[in-house]
Amino acid sequence: MRHTISVLVENKFGVLSRVSGLFSGRGFNIESLSVGETIDRSVSLMTIVTTGDDQIVEQITKQLNKLIDVIKVVDFMDVDHVEREMVLIKVAPRKNDKSEFLKLAEIFRGRIVDSGPATFTVEITGDEKKIAAFIELVRPYGIKEFVRTGKVAIAREGVKKT
Amino acid sequence: MKISGAEILIECLKREGVKHIFGYPGGVVLNIFDVLYDEKDIELILTRHEQGAVHAADGYARASGKTGVCIVTSGPGATNTVTGIATASMDSVPLVVFSGQVPTMLIGNDAFQEADIVGITRPCTKHNYLVKDINDLARTVREAFHIASTGRPGPVLIDLPKDVTTGTAEFKWPEQVSIRGYNPTYHGNKWMIRQAAQMIAKSKKPVIMAGGGVILSGAAKELRELAEIAEIPVTTTLMGLGGFPGSHKLSMGMLGMHGTYYANKAVQDADLLIGIGVRFDDRVTGRTSAFAPGAKIIHIDIDPTSIRKNVRVDLPVVGDVKNVLRDILKVIREQKGQWEAVRKSWLKQIDAWKKEKPLSYTFDKKIIKPEFVVEKIYEISKGKAVICTEVGQNQMWAAQFYKYDEPRKWLSSGGLGTMGYGFPAAIGAQIACPGKLVVDIAGDGSIQMNIQELATAVVNRLPVKVAILNNGYLGMVRQWQELFFRERYSHTRLDTVPDFVKVAEAYGAVGLRAVKPSEVEPVIREAFSIKDRPVFMDFIVDWREKVFPMVPAGAAIDEMIFDEEEKKPAKKLKAVK
Repeated sequence: MRHTISVLVENKFGVLSRVSGLFSGRGFNIESLSVGETIDRSVSLMTIVTTGDDQIVEQITKQLNKLIDVIKVVDFMDVDHVEREMVLIKVAPRKNDKSEFLKLAEIFRGRIVDSGPATFTVEITGDEKKIAAFIELVRPYGIKEFVRTGKVAIAREGVKKT
Repeated sequence: MKISGAEILIECLKREGVKHIFGYPGGVVLNIFDVLYDEKDIELILTRHEQGAVHAADGYARASGKTGVCIVTSGPGATNTVTGIATASMDSVPLVVFSGQVPTMLIGNDAFQEADIVGITRPCTKHNYLVKDINDLARTVREAFHIASTGRPGPVLIDLPKDVTTGTAEFKWPEQVSIRGYNPTYHGNKWMIRQAAQMIAKSKKPVIMAGGGVILSGAAKELRELAEIAEIPVTTTLMGLGGFPGSHKLSMGMLGMHGTYYANKAVQDADLLIGIGVRFDDRVTGRTSAFAPGAKIIHIDIDPTSIRKNVRVDLPVVGDVKNVLRDILKVIREQKGQWEAVRKSWLKQIDAWKKEKPLSYTFDKKIIKPEFVVEKIYEISKGKAVICTEVGQNQMWAAQFYKYDEPRKWLSSGGLGTMGYGFPAAIGAQIACPGKLVVDIAGDGSIQMNIQELATAVVNRLPVKVAILNNGYLGMVRQWQELFFRERYSHTRLDTVPDFVKVAEAYGAVGLRAVKPSEVEPVIREAFSIKDRPVFMDFIVDWREKVFPMVPAGAAIDEMIFDEEEKKPAKKLKAVK
């Protein structure tokens, strides 16, 4: 099962390596990890996407909680939430395909953030399914490279995070 | 008034009640050592290797229950502490290790004697710090001692750049410690505790499996009360030895790979297993899928990550063992069960197993059996000694043939299995308990891993006794080679070098040797009578002797091998000496 876990941590040097070291040292898997400051600048929020069965994910959340610099851990599995990820994709469609490609990007509410004689760079934001669908659809046009931010997640209003 | 960082540090240590520090000086900690030069309330014990310093602090902590403290220099000084820190981490020993560091300006420049010790020790400490600002120093030390000694204890390292200890600042002692990400659970959930008491009342064949957590939380009394009231037989893990009296009629000794036949049988046949302060290590469980197949498992531990890490658990209780046991006892006392009648047949069964296959060895008149030496040490010390061990056969025999009736009398590297632990740990234990008899039961391999600490023991006039079970081999590895590698003794023969009696004498210690069984007792008695110097006792023992019972790797714990079952033709290899 894939789990999105958000980890509230002290905003101190070395905390990222404590968290990533925990995953590598115990053989847990990280699919994506994103970190940023929160409104309280002494605190950062990490969003980690990981896979594992119930027992492994239970260990992951417990081990995270055990780190002194970790303040709170939320597994979004049972929490109603919104997830987003941003991807920048550089595509090189052939001349004849350009307009079709641009239309496709528009359907997915992608923004062209850079264009040149040979390529377009599209910024696309969405949940996992949307991004996966878009990547599949543009693949035939010739993806030169793409880069993703990793997922971020937030609970919906009124949902209690335990 | 402003004082130096080094003075702040020592003032903090005094306020934490530190009396002894184990350490080794070097370039970037000169300032700290300079302050210690005039210090009357704190004694620094100079070891001969930084690894020795950490193990000594560890032994000091295990024997006394206090937090052990170390100070070493940067670079190699710091990296030499890693094995000791990992040892303490695996066995949940409270330590605070101070390492010097190059000045903050130079960090990251590959300066002389620079090592990223915070990065290196991150996975083997409970927490660690790099102090970059002298104004954070006092608070950091306060936090470190708090973290090391509370919850599930463990080692904490503080890296001190030179400019932090040489700089000056006002001393501000934080009276309160509050760390928002650190709130151990000390009391068990009430509902869970009632459930646990009910499960105990309903069970017909319960077993208590007690671990190091019982000793760390000071819960030996509560454990004994629970076992006696509800008539539950108790087995301990290696780390739990002494948590329940080994000579008690309900004691089944140790379980696991080299556990007793009856303890392993009882666990496999139980309908309820109560794990108290344990982490279900693989040496205890054997093949986990076949572990305690018929039992419901109650698991009491302060560390939530221990629960459901290795084995399924039916009822988890997170909390300090002492508190949880007290709460369970309250409920149990109200139940007023007819325990004796309920348990009669189960205890009878266990007695039958005890009689069927007790721990044993065959005494020989000509050659010393290592088990005999351990038995004699038990007998002559009347079970009152603090026993330290190295790792391997010596450790297992010391666990099997010495009965530990009190906590903190058994100091052994259980989790990491560090050869070279016992001797420096014995030095630390002797400093913590000056009047007590401290014995390191060692092998001829392990003792050589920190033999330089003889100098520390001699200089400090510490009467530590070392019983070397000298079989000329790395015995436990040799045992595996004999049983599983067709007697191909690849690089396990040590050729009985050096002469340990001469080594001891060269250092100014006493060296004694026993070659015949009749010499064992006189040697031990003579060693125990020496009060002002360390003693090496070199026991030339039967190299063929193996540790039994034995559960082969990957087997269930009731699939044990015994001595009499493997009768093989005479070995071709010649015994050494």
